[in-house]
Amino acid sequence: MLIQYLLVLIFLYGLVRSITRFRHKEFSKTNLVVWIILWLVGIVVVLIPDVTFSIARVFGVGRGADLVVYLSLAVLFLVVFRLVSKTEKMERDITKLTRKIALEKVTKK
Amino acid sequence: MLFIIVPAYNEEKNIGRVVSGLFEHGYNNVVVVDDGSDDGTSETAKGAGAEVIIHPVNRGQGAALQTGQDYAIREGAEIVVHFDGDGQFNPEDIAPAIELINSGDCDVVLGSKLLDGRSKIPWTKRRIIIPLARFLNHIFTGVKLSDVHNGFRVLNRLALEKIEITNSGMAHNTEIVRKIREHGLKFKEHPVEVTYYKYGQGARGGLQIVFDLLISKIIK
Repeated sequence: MLIQYLLVLIFLYGLVRSITRFRHKEFSKTNLVVWIILWLVGIVVVLIPDVTFSIARVFGVGRGADLVVYLSLAVLFLVVFRLVSKTEKMERDITKLTRKIALEKVTKK
Repeated sequence: MLFIIVPAYNEEKNIGRVVSGLFEHGYNNVVVVDDGSDDGTSETAKGAGAEVIIHPVNRGQGAALQTGQDYAIREGAEIVVHFDGDGQFNPEDIAPAIELINSGDCDVVLGSKLLDGRSKIPWTKRRIIIPLARFLNHIFTGVKLSDVHNGFRVLNRLALEKIEITNSGMAHNTEIVRKIREHGLKFKEHPVEVTYYKYGQGARGGLQIVFDLLISKIIK
């Protein structure tokens, strides 16, 4: 099916990009390994969708597609939580910096 | 020493009147914290005689108040007054509030527009928003107040040191009340007059406050 070729192409592009980024030292080794695994899993799942079926059975979920949706949701929630925490921390740091700059200027008057 | 802290964001039109009003009532240490305004707020405030501290970027009213407090602590303040920069407060309300602090009965005085009949409050605020805010404030802080989001406050040195505002946005109001309780500070509500030149925070601002409070419960 066309969708399979398309998805495989996208994942392959991701794989190549990950490797070039690592080569340019923009990516750590752990990052590289994690991403390569993710891209490869994606390619395998697209080419042999039945794989997800057996994995889903192990987890006690009916269909492979359902398992993917459940796991993705869980991961997305985690990512969003991390992002919110990080932004909040950054906001506070920016406030501290702003305050420091503001108060230093007053002293110099 | 007494410091009046006036947080201001784009208050070019009002800040001059606010500052000169304070000077007319004999308050000489007026500190305007210009929270990254795009207009001439800081120039106007300086022109009116205030000490001006400028946030290079906008950080929110809570952040501006804490900057003022840090400055006041550094300058050896014994009492600070929080006073809004939009001209909604009446400087005449300051003196009796300071007397309350000086009498030693309390560490913090919180302004309330609902303790006397001077303030003309829009109907939706009086009947819907204020009761709702009062309820949420009670849940988040455990303290019952008649008017929970009033920017008029007087703090003595002890309270000034204990109450560090970390909530940059408008949720600092609730944070201050919570910290009063946590540190066992004594407080009193005090009638102040509020003149509504504009409506203040709409429903969206209110939701943002609740969101900020929930986030601050999760992230320390």
